[in-house]
Amino acid sequence: MKIKKRRLSALAVLALTASVALTACGSDDGGDDGDGGSGGGGGGSSSITMIPKSLGNPYFEASTAGSQRAAEEFGGSVDEVGPTGDAGPDSQVPFIQTATQQGVGALIVSANDPSALCDSIEQAQDVDIKVVTFDSDTECRDLFVSQADAQGIATKQIELIADQIGGSGDIAILSAAANATNQNEWIKLMEEDLAANYPDINLVDTVYGDDDDQKSFDETAALLRANPNLKGIVSPTTVGIAAAARYLSTSEFKGQVALTGLGAPSQMKTFIDDGTVTAFALWNPDDLGYLAAFAADALAKGDISGEEGDTFTAGDLGDYTVGADGVVVLGDPYVFDSSNIDEFDF
Amino acid sequence: MSTSTIDRAVDQRTYASYARPLLWRLVATREFAVFALLAIVYVYARGSIVGFDGPLTIYFLFLESAPIMLLALPMTLIIITGEIDLSVASTMALTGAMLGIAYTKWDLPFLAAVGVALVVGLLCGLLNGFLVAYVKLPSLAVTVGTLALFRGLAEGFLGTESISGFPDRWTDLLKDRIGGDSSYPLFVIPLVVLAVAFGVLLHFTTFGRGVYEIGLNDEAARFTGVDIARTKLILFMLAGGVAALAGIYQSLYTVARGDSAVNLELQVIAAVLLGGVSIFGGRGSLPGVLAGVLLIAVINSAMRLDGVRGEVTEIVIGCLLVASVIAPTLLTWISGLVPGRAQRPAAAPPAGTTPEPPASGGSSLTS
Repeated sequence: MKIKKRRLSALAVLALTASVALTACGSDDGGDDGDGGSGGGGGGSSSITMIPKSLGNPYFEASTAGSQRAAEEFGGSVDEVGPTGDAGPDSQVPFIQTATQQGVGALIVSANDPSALCDSIEQAQDVDIKVVTFDSDTECRDLFVSQADAQGIATKQIELIADQIGGSGDIAILSAAANATNQNEWIKLMEEDLAANYPDINLVDTVYGDDDDQKSFDETAALLRANPNLKGIVSPTTVGIAAAARYLSTSEFKGQVALTGLGAPSQMKTFIDDGTVTAFALWNPDDLGYLAAFAADALAKGDISGEEGDTFTAGDLGDYTVGADGVVVLGDPYVFDSSNIDEFDF
Repeated sequence: MSTSTIDRAVDQRTYASYARPLLWRLVATREFAVFALLAIVYVYARGSIVGFDGPLTIYFLFLESAPIMLLALPMTLIIITGEIDLSVASTMALTGAMLGIAYTKWDLPFLAAVGVALVVGLLCGLLNGFLVAYVKLPSLAVTVGTLALFRGLAEGFLGTESISGFPDRWTDLLKDRIGGDSSYPLFVIPLVVLAVAFGVLLHFTTFGRGVYEIGLNDEAARFTGVDIARTKLILFMLAGGVAALAGIYQSLYTVARGDSAVNLELQVIAAVLLGGVSIFGGRGSLPGVLAGVLLIAVINSAMRLDGVRGEVTEIVIGCLLVASVIAPTLLTWISGLVPGRAQRPAAAPPAGTTPEPPASGGSSLTS
């Protein structure tokens, strides 16, 4: 037994030594290849690797389709890779490393965590790969392509609800969690917008559904019972608007109380079709991917460096200027209604 | 003791195998198969996958699989005793969370925070070890429970928050390479030291022989003077301590988050089994396990570079695992065909390891 183990250990040492020796020779001649690869990426056509939060999510399938459409226009290529299923904070790291080994021109990432990817992103930047984030940001990229700024999101929703209730009456807000940072920022901006521009609209209540379907459903019911004169509800969260629409569509308030907010077209299609909701907003992930690809291409080709004030052209979306902190804003939210909802499946 | 355990023990500890030629004895082992496969896959990937021969491949390979390599060390010993520890990945997340909390919330110096994480890891191991070794509960049930418990604690302490911003000195140390620009990250040195330490512990000490004996036949082990409970407690605490090291590594390399390293325990166990350790205990070696870890890492890296989707890689590794589990049966069958092995059943029970007489003698002594 013991002798056998010794032999095995000896064999192990042999094999390991052999592999070390093989690697050692490999890293010498491999160095030039790696440099050549990334050098090529920086020249003519950009090869871009796109890493969404996870594969198989219709939202990111739309953004990837957008970026691939962009790549056809500027003559580059976009490969989509990424984690499948339940994605942890570090599940994107191996894909960034692989792209680094391949020496691609640029990376487009929607980060699962604001800081977990920074070490690997910096390693990519060390070999001259440009990194663009979209949808959700990290602390260490060259550019962030933002879906919409808070002001645009707030203004668009108020505009929609004002339009749907005829410019006057009581409205309420159905939000997510009471301490959700982005929701609260939007609500604050909406209140300011209402006070400044819509004197006849009265915000009577703000309730919180915690992004839980059942709780949002119950809060909607309570809201309507407590405020019989309510003319409209704004729900700046996809879970909230879907639950509220589900309640409205089966109640006597259907068609009487307007509902708008931020929603996913796939969840809202039924309610657009049955007339519960006439229009709601969200950004268009296809455009987001399209813009991100053009931004990555401009960085990889050296047309822009990601400084504030840099400008580039993103195909048929037009010209964009890099804002403070290297942020490019896609534009106002996209409005979905019965005329276009069938074109989207995220 | 069930007769199946005895049969298996006898089957593996037979001296008749030395009647076979040396070369055959070396080649017809699972460890050799894993090493051979590792070499083949590595050479093939270098030759035909674009980018695999680059200078970053080995570097990223180690950065990425370091937690699995670490966790596989104590896991090998635990599985050889016939037990299992499913809670290692949760322990990793919990110790990472404690490191982050101690450093950022309690404002402890970094090394003190590392100390806190290590103590938490050892306590997790102590809980597992105590319940398995002294309360004599099955380790599968205990560690499925603590898997949920430690994960819940980690997520409870951190919520959805992620903690980063550990001192640059330490995070940079993790990324540094041996000699400045070689393919091997600096932490390979402590990793190798730890691997050698575990290798010596398992293969060259009485403690290690006790580990094998417990796995083969714990009744017999008890009568040859092995303190089974103490051995198991030490192993589970080692697992907890090493999981803390992996948790610290992961927090420095990425961030401390409650949901980090989810399902990592399954990858660790897969690598250990692929490396030739028997899930029934009593059989396996550390070099084989390290080759198993590297084999999975190389396959992952090569297939990602080749643009193969993650699911396909999982299918390949899954098939490999199933094959490696079937392999021993197949090997036994093949070696049965070789002349000189045929008379094995008659010559099989060698005096020293026959469990029956001491077992009956022992029961009369204790009753």
